[in-house]
Amino acid sequence: MRPDPEEYGFPAPLWRAVARLRPPLPRWRSPLRGPWLTSVLGLVLLAGLPVVIVTGLLSYVAYGPQLGGAIPGDVGVLHLPVFDWPTRPSWLYRLTQGLHVGLGLVLVPVVLAKLWSVIPKLFAWPPVRSFAHAAERLTLLLLVGSILFEIVTGVLNIQYDYVFGFSFYAAHYAGAWVFVGAFAAHVALKLPHALRGARSRSLRRELRTPLAATVPEPDDGSGLVAEHPAAPTMSRRGVLALVGGGMLLVAGLTAGQTLGDAVRGTAFLLPRGRTTAGADGGPNDFPVNKTFATSRIPAAAVGSGWRLELAGAGTRTLDRAALAALEQHTARLPIACVEGWSTVQTWSGVRLRDLAALAGVPEPASAVVRSLEDGAQAALTAGQVLDPDALLALRVNGADLAPDHGFPARIVVPALPGVHCTKWVRMIEFRSV
Amino acid sequence: MRRLRRTYGAGIGHLLAVLGCLALAAGAVAIVAGDPVWPVMLAWFLAAVLLHDLVLFPLYAAGDRLLTAATRRPRVPVVNHVRVPLLGAGLTFLLFLPGIVGQGEPALRAASGLDTGPVAGRWLLLVAAMAAVSALVYLVRVLAARRRSPDREQQVVHGEGEHRLAGEPEPGPPPR
Repeated sequence: MRPDPEEYGFPAPLWRAVARLRPPLPRWRSPLRGPWLTSVLGLVLLAGLPVVIVTGLLSYVAYGPQLGGAIPGDVGVLHLPVFDWPTRPSWLYRLTQGLHVGLGLVLVPVVLAKLWSVIPKLFAWPPVRSFAHAAERLTLLLLVGSILFEIVTGVLNIQYDYVFGFSFYAAHYAGAWVFVGAFAAHVALKLPHALRGARSRSLRRELRTPLAATVPEPDDGSGLVAEHPAAPTMSRRGVLALVGGGMLLVAGLTAGQTLGDAVRGTAFLLPRGRTTAGADGGPNDFPVNKTFATSRIPAAAVGSGWRLELAGAGTRTLDRAALAALEQHTARLPIACVEGWSTVQTWSGVRLRDLAALAGVPEPASAVVRSLEDGAQAALTAGQVLDPDALLALRVNGADLAPDHGFPARIVVPALPGVHCTKWVRMIEFRSV
Repeated sequence: MRRLRRTYGAGIGHLLAVLGCLALAAGAVAIVAGDPVWPVMLAWFLAAVLLHDLVLFPLYAAGDRLLTAATRRPRVPVVNHVRVPLLGAGLTFLLFLPGIVGQGEPALRAASGLDTGPVAGRWLLLVAAMAAVSALVYLVRVLAARRRSPDREQQVVHGEGEHRLAGEPEPGPPPR
C-alpha cells in the first residue's frame, strides 16, 4: 500500500522538490521504537477503543432521542439504530457508562505511549510523497485530533470543568464520529502492518528479555526504528510494564466512582470519590448531580403547599400525605450518571404504573415529568413507566428524601440515565399516544 | 486501476478508506455546524494536536534526555527510579488537573455541593508515595547488589534490576 521511500507518486518532480527542502529535523534515539512495539500498543487500542465507542453511542440511545431527550437533537444518520432503552438489568446504564468513562480513562496511557511510539513519522521527510500519502496524513490528523479532543473534553467534563465554553454533549458527540471514521480508515490501512509487526517478535520471549539483552528492532523501512539508537535504559518488557502500570494506576484511581459506596474513597482525586460535603454517613449521604440550592426552587414550593399534578384522561392533584397513603413499593436501584459515577440506594415510593392508572392512562405510550426547577423535564418510554420498580420515590434508605435528593418526590427508574431521574417533581403527564 | 495507482499513488481500497473517513468527518461537522461556537470547538481540536505534538512531547522527551544525561550509569541504574514516579505524577496531574488546580469549582459546587479543596493535597501525597516506593525499591536493589561478589556485580545487577522493574510495574496509589 505504501510506496517505497525512494518512490514518488504523481507528480513526482513536485514531491522531489519538496524533499529537497529538508529543514533540520529531530534525531530519534530511542532503541525501543519499532514496528513490534507500535503494533502491540495499536492492537491493545484496537481491542479497547471499540468498547468505548459503542458504549458512548449507546449512552445517546439511553437518553431517548425518540422522545427528544438526547443531546445533540439533530444528528442526521449518525447514531446507532434507536430503540427503547430497556429497564433490565437495572444496572445496564451503570455498566455501559461506567465502561465508557472507566475504560476511556484507562486507555489514556496506551494512547500516549502509542503516540510516543510513532512520533518520528510526524517529522519524516519528505512530508508528502503522493496524493495518497497526503490524504492518509490528513486522516491521521483527524485521528489524533479527535482522540485527543475526546479525551480532553471527556476528562474535563467528568470533573465539571467546563472551561471549553461549548456544549460538551454536542462537541463530544461530533468528535466521536470524526474519530470513528478516522479510526476505521486507520485500521483498514494499517491492520496488516500491525499483525505483521506483532508477529515479528514473540511476546513471551520479550517478557523474558532483560535490559542487558535488549537490542533495537531490525529496521523494516517503516520509519519507526532509530537510525543511530542510544543504549537502552529500559527493556521492551519494561515499557509494557510501565504502560500496564499506568493503566492500573488510572483504574485504581477512578473505578471507585463507579463500583459503589464501599470503595468510593479510592477515587480520591475525582469529585465522585466523595459523597456529600458533610459525609455524615446518614441515609441521604450519597452524591448528587444538582443541589437544591442550585435548582433555585423557593423553599416554600416544597413545603406543605406542595402538590403533585397528574395529567392523563383528566387531571388529579395529590399532596404528599395522599401519595404516602398509596401502596408503597421499595426497590434497590442505581443512580448512574453520564460522568460515569454511580450509587445504589434503596428507594421507596409509589409505582409509576399505579400513578398512570390513577391518571386514567393505565397503558401509556409515554410520560413527561416536569420539575419545580425551571425548565427541567424528562420524557419516559412506556417500558420505563410500566416497569414494576419504576418509582416516584418519597423516601430513600428508610428516611424522607433530603432536599438535595429531590424532596418532596423524585423519579427513579431502573437503568435510566441519572439526569432523567427528575427531582422535585411537580407534574407527571401520561400520554396515550 | 493502474492509472489510479499512478496518479493517486495507491489502490482503490486506500482511496475508499480515506473517502469514508472524510465523509464521516463531514457528517460530524454538520452536527455542530449550526452551533455558533463551532470555531471554538475547531480551535480545541487543533490545539489538542499541537499541544501534544509540539509542546507535551518535546517537553517530556527533553526532560528524559536531561535525566539520562544527568544519571551516569551507577552500579544499579537509577534512571527508571526517577522516570517511573515522574511519569506517574505527570499522568495523574494531566488527568486530574481540574481538581488539583481548583478549576471549574463553581460548576462542581452547583452540581455536587463539594469543593476541590482536598484534591491538591491528596495528589501531592500520591506523588510523594510513588517517589518513596520507587526510592525504597532502589535502596533494596543497591543493598542486594552490595552483597554480591564485586567482579560479577555489574553483569548480575543489570539483569536482576530489569527483572525487578518489570515485576514492580509502577507504584500504585498509596495505601488506603
